Amino acid sequence: MKYGYYPGCSLEKNAIAYHQSTIAATKPFGVELAEIDDWNCCGTSEYISIDLYAAYALIARNLAIAANQPGNGHQLVAPCSLCYLNLSKTEYYLSQSPELKKKIDIALAAGGLVYEAGNMKIRHILDIIVNDIGFSAIQEKVSNPLKGLRVAAYYGCLIVRPGFEEIFDDYEYPTSLDKLMRILGAQVVDFPLKSHCCGGHMTQISENVAFELIHRLLKNAADYKADVIATICPMCQLNLDAYQMDVNRHFKTDYNIPILYFTQLMGLALGISAQDLGIGKEFVDAGPALAKIGVEVPEPEVYRRHRPPKEELPMPSMPEEG
Amino acid sequence: MTTAISQTRASTFRDEVINATPGDSHLEMCIQCGTCGGSCPSGPDMEHTPRAIFEMIAANLKNEVLRSNTPWYCVACYYCMVRCPQDIHITDIMYTLKRLSIKEGLFRQSSTPDAQDWSQTFIDFVENYGRSFELGIAARYHLTHHPLDAMKLAPFGLGMLRKGRMDLTPKRIKGIDQLKAILKRAKELGGEA
Repeated sequence: MKYGYYPGCSLEKNAIAYHQSTIAATKPFGVELAEIDDWNCCGTSEYISIDLYAAYALIARNLAIAANQPGNGHQLVAPCSLCYLNLSKTEYYLSQSPELKKKIDIALAAGGLVYEAGNMKIRHILDIIVNDIGFSAIQEKVSNPLKGLRVAAYYGCLIVRPGFEEIFDDYEYPTSLDKLMRILGAQVVDFPLKSHCCGGHMTQISENVAFELIHRLLKNAADYKADVIATICPMCQLNLDAYQMDVNRHFKTDYNIPILYFTQLMGLALGISAQDLGIGKEFVDAGPALAKIGVEVPEPEVYRRHRPPKEELPMPSMPEEG
Repeated sequence: MTTAISQTRASTFRDEVINATPGDSHLEMCIQCGTCGGSCPSGPDMEHTPRAIFEMIAANLKNEVLRSNTPWYCVACYYCMVRCPQDIHITDIMYTLKRLSIKEGLFRQSSTPDAQDWSQTFIDFVENYGRSFELGIAARYHLTHHPLDAMKLAPFGLGMLRKGRMDLTPKRIKGIDQLKAILKRAKELGGEA
């Protein structure tokens, strides 16, 4: 199974654990993810707020490069929900709106690129795992079932929306991640807000709006006594994890729910080490939750300024007597 | 399929919005049912619900619409859009309202005058490097908009660095000149609204 791979900016650093665990958890099934050459940012939800054609041209450059790269079966996989949405929405509008297509063709031509709408099929990594690899193949390889771990399967908003194209799950109450977690041996808790928004970039624009949305999700997961929330999007992971203490301060609550990528949990069930799955980079310690399934969380590599060791400092020395 | 983004002069504000939105937005189909506002996670903080905005657009209240905080508080989750019985492309219309508000300079009179600057700061980095650069974007935006509060972000930034989740320097793509040429040409086509 070969696919083109669009990691997106988040997976380069902030969500590098998602990248590591995606590669590690899909490799045993023969999935080959070929990163597309010199891809650029998808513009998130920011570019389209400023300039329509530039926003679509930015995304179309990635599609054009991917379409010309052999060996990906014209399928492009994005693990980030926003990259996935932007790529598939561009693909959709380019085939639906001849006017937009004409403008984007002109812009791409300025960079010597051509893209024919319909050339690439955009897929999310969850779709690949659930539908291309399939539950039975996964079940066969589960060596360390996540027995006793209470997981809230959180989809976030964008993976099942806006539903222009055929989507692989229900847009209001998706279940594919729930099923996957059950196959991995986890106890999946009910999570009514599973496809609600984490607030996206609102942490930067209005803390009141963002913290309210994050709080709702944490409360919902805590109400159902989830040990861990499994996410499929770097933005959801960042908002629920890195802002959890701020939200606690804001609402005088004491939530302490680790947020892991679903691929990390999948990797653990397949017997891959926590280290190789990037576990340990979370703000909210996943240790107590993962101890339930006998997994120890490795210490993260602490950031230190590089200093040469003392013995290497240049010192004056006497010439050896001969 | 109706065609949007035409160059023809819009006669009403609603036509202007429809023309600036890609594809068929179905804006004229709104039956004022309110499903959008009822589904909206940030609805309570909006000055007007999407339903109200659509009726204001129909009533040609251009300045009032473009001064509303509604599009800036849209979290772009598409919940309203998948639930709309008339298949109105609500989220895309919100993006169009943002662009029109910037074009007319009315966003500065809204209750969220800085929201546009966050987007602009973000895309400045994308235009110059081809990739996002979280540290640079956050530092520039917060230091230029509320320098005194910016220190509050220090623990967050340090946490990101300590966990190895943030770069100290931006990455530039190899084809940055090609990307710049594409974006320059795209901007000349008049997509700011």
